[in-house]
Amino acid sequence: MSSGQNPNIVTMEKGFDLIDAAVIKLKRILEGKPEPDFVPGEYIGNYTTVYNMCIQKPPHDWSQQLYEKYGSIFKDYATHTVLPSIMEKHDEYMLRELSRRWDINKIMVRWLSRFFFYLDRYFTVRRSFPSLTQVGMTSFRDHVYNNVHFNVKQVIIALIHKEREGQQIDRALLKNVLDIFVENGIGSMKRYEDDFEDFFLQESASYYSRRSSRWIQEDSCPEVAHYLHSDTEPKLVDIMQTHLLVLVAKQLLEKENSGCSALLRDDKTDDLSRMYRLYHAIPKGLEPVAEAFRLHVTAEGNALIKQAEDAATSGSVEEQVLVRKIIDLHDKYMVYVMDCFQNHTLFHKALKEAFEVFCNKKVAGSSSAELLATFCDNLFRKAGNDKSNDDSTIEATIDSVVKLLDYISDKDLFAEFYRKKQARRLLFGKFNDDHERSILTKLKGQFGGQFTSKMEGMVTDMQLAKDHQTGFEEYINGKPKVVDFTVTVLTTGFWPSYKTSDLNLPVEMVNCIESFKAYYAIKTNHRRLMWIYSLGTCNLNGRFDSKPIELIVSTYQAAVLCAFNNTERLTYQELLEQVNLNHEDLVRVLHSLSCAKYKFLNKQPASKTISKTDSFEFNSKFTDKMRRIKVPLPPVDDRKKVVEDVDKDRRYAIDASLVRIMKSRKVLPHQQLVSECVEQLSRMFKPDIKMIKKRIEDLITRDYLERDTENPNTFKYVA
Amino acid sequence: MTIVSAAPLTELEKAVNHLIDVFHKYSNTSSNLIDPAGIEKLCSDLDVSRTDIRFLMLAWTMKAEKQGYITHEEWTRGLKALRADTIDELKKALPQLEKEVRTPSNFADFYAYAFRYSLTEEKPESTDIETICQLLDTVMGSTFRPQVDYFVEYLKIQKDYKVINMDQWMGFYRFCNEISFPDMSEYSPGLAWPLVLNNFVEWIREKQA
Repeated sequence: MSSGQNPNIVTMEKGFDLIDAAVIKLKRILEGKPEPDFVPGEYIGNYTTVYNMCIQKPPHDWSQQLYEKYGSIFKDYATHTVLPSIMEKHDEYMLRELSRRWDINKIMVRWLSRFFFYLDRYFTVRRSFPSLTQVGMTSFRDHVYNNVHFNVKQVIIALIHKEREGQQIDRALLKNVLDIFVENGIGSMKRYEDDFEDFFLQESASYYSRRSSRWIQEDSCPEVAHYLHSDTEPKLVDIMQTHLLVLVAKQLLEKENSGCSALLRDDKTDDLSRMYRLYHAIPKGLEPVAEAFRLHVTAEGNALIKQAEDAATSGSVEEQVLVRKIIDLHDKYMVYVMDCFQNHTLFHKALKEAFEVFCNKKVAGSSSAELLATFCDNLFRKAGNDKSNDDSTIEATIDSVVKLLDYISDKDLFAEFYRKKQARRLLFGKFNDDHERSILTKLKGQFGGQFTSKMEGMVTDMQLAKDHQTGFEEYINGKPKVVDFTVTVLTTGFWPSYKTSDLNLPVEMVNCIESFKAYYAIKTNHRRLMWIYSLGTCNLNGRFDSKPIELIVSTYQAAVLCAFNNTERLTYQELLEQVNLNHEDLVRVLHSLSCAKYKFLNKQPASKTISKTDSFEFNSKFTDKMRRIKVPLPPVDDRKKVVEDVDKDRRYAIDASLVRIMKSRKVLPHQQLVSECVEQLSRMFKPDIKMIKKRIEDLITRDYLERDTENPNTFKYVA
Repeated sequence: MTIVSAAPLTELEKAVNHLIDVFHKYSNTSSNLIDPAGIEKLCSDLDVSRTDIRFLMLAWTMKAEKQGYITHEEWTRGLKALRADTIDELKKALPQLEKEVRTPSNFADFYAYAFRYSLTEEKPESTDIETICQLLDTVMGSTFRPQVDYFVEYLKIQKDYKVINMDQWMGFYRFCNEISFPDMSEYSPGLAWPLVLNNFVEWIREKQA
């Protein structure tokens, strides 16, 4: 010490000694060793020491040295204490030590930068040096973090793996440690990404690849853990999607015992529910599952169709069985959609598409529209007889029928077949008014009033016919006795068109007709009656030798039989003239009376078919144990006619639709016209593109449309 | 096309008179029209057959309305346009006429005309298949031989159409000009081609398979 020196000057050595002491004390406190806290006096003292050392005039201004001292405090501590303490530990203990040391470092930085604060006021700023905090943090990074992060990362990944395998881990610890990675990026995510995330994602990818097939059964849904940084989540989801779905999708779904198809096949509804939940969490995850579902249902449906085809080779199609099975299939898989697949639209759509495929297939020449109509017909016919078919069952079946019809594209074809069969039911059998109306109400609700208007008209006609009959019977009460006679008046237009014929009626029947005509003329104005004898039935008394038998026959058959009332024998030609039927009908009638089960007429020659040279005699020797015989006249096969009629209606519908569209759009390119037309008509049927083209050409010829001269692909409306 | 001439009126009159004289050589005196018999004679003098495309082109120039007949007005129109007032000059004008009609703008019009010309009072909208086949051969045979041959063959065996209308007729013209043959790669049945062409293309594809 020189004599001229101010005893208040703090020398570097003295200052450093004071600082060292403070640092030792601080370390002891931070490391949890027994040590009293700093009292305010000590705190101020430390701060003042640094302050004085900074403001002293040269050569006693120790700012630079203080700055370096500060840095070396951290470096020494890190190198000699912190790092070794971390490195000597393993696994979770290592992580804990790191976390502890990191926290300690943060506090140390806080305290020491307060002691050395004065440096930050002028020195670091003026020299553009890193601040005290920065020095403290980078020191940790450079001397501790850089040396441990690799091993730490290994431990972390091992722990995550442990968790994936179902074991508990200390998530909070992981979060802390990963935060350290983030913070050691000092403003950038690079350390986190390079030192941890990249490895983690790679590891996850291979994990998912390995685990993908076992994963579903074990139901360990891979959550995205919260201890990861939020940036990682989308990257992880992407990896999950790739490895769990995209790469193994096909395999997963088709896998022999556990794939989606197998689960469907074996009705493993619980497993399917689980599969749904798992895939639901992943973006676009459900699409392959819905696809597998669709394929499965389509295959089952196709199998049913094939079964029916094969069975039909021996006879006609068993539509009762087939439609029943399809209804059951639908009910079964609808339950799947609502339960396993939580009513998700994707699965509703898949079910719909599946049914639309096989519900439109033909079976042994019959369209599905026809089969469904026949099914309804049988349902209603048998309703009265079969006790197991009570009203609620029938209602439920009707509901199913309406649902199925939705999948069938040729709805207009169904309507036509249904109408024809309904007519037969209403006219020839007992029908249940409630059932008939119930199905029409439901069809109307689903497909609109136009769909059912004719059919409803028919059912109403039957009610009105009853009223007319009552009125007619009152009318003839006072009049000369006529044969018992019932008339059903049908409104033309509602009913299928029937041929009329100029049948020559037996005289007894003529009186009936005339008296009803008179009655009807009184009751109504300007209505013309067209008599459809082909639909009538007649009860005749057959006065056979052994005993009289009542015969229930069609009007045509009655006319032929009554011809023998006055003559023993008639040739074909004579019958033809007398009865005035056409050849086709007469042959059918004669066949039913002379070559079929009951031979009321004797035919010469006694061959199996009717020829124009045959002659007939009343067979008075005929007898049977029954007192009453119903002689069926086999109906003419309608199917071709129905299809023809529907085709004709379709042509009109297409024309109307095309004109409607062009009238409103004025100018339209061909493709758009076609697609709009298809769209408009789709509720009733799927129009054939060729037919649409033909109708367009027809409309051009009839001057409704013309082709645009500049652009032949476009049409213009001709007003 | 008009006669541009600085000649005095009398020269023009002379030319027109000439025209009329020639007309009368072929016309039927009572009806004042050239009828089928006169046309036969005319064709023989011109050295073209009646089914030759050049005769059809002449009819087009005249804007003749009724097949088999030429009116006074039509005759005058045609010969004036060709600047011919003798049969010889008319004959010489034919090659040049053909060249001019074959230009794209004229040919489309000519093609449409050929169809209209084939229509009759009884059938004012469409023409029977046989006539169409002949007409196609005449009008398009030299330029689109393969298409014409195939289409004619198809028309003869198909059963959907007994007649062809203007829209279908023009459709074939567009077909020849826009679609390469026989690969027909540009053809799309979904476009507004007449249905008969759709069926035609389908038929060819089946043959190619």
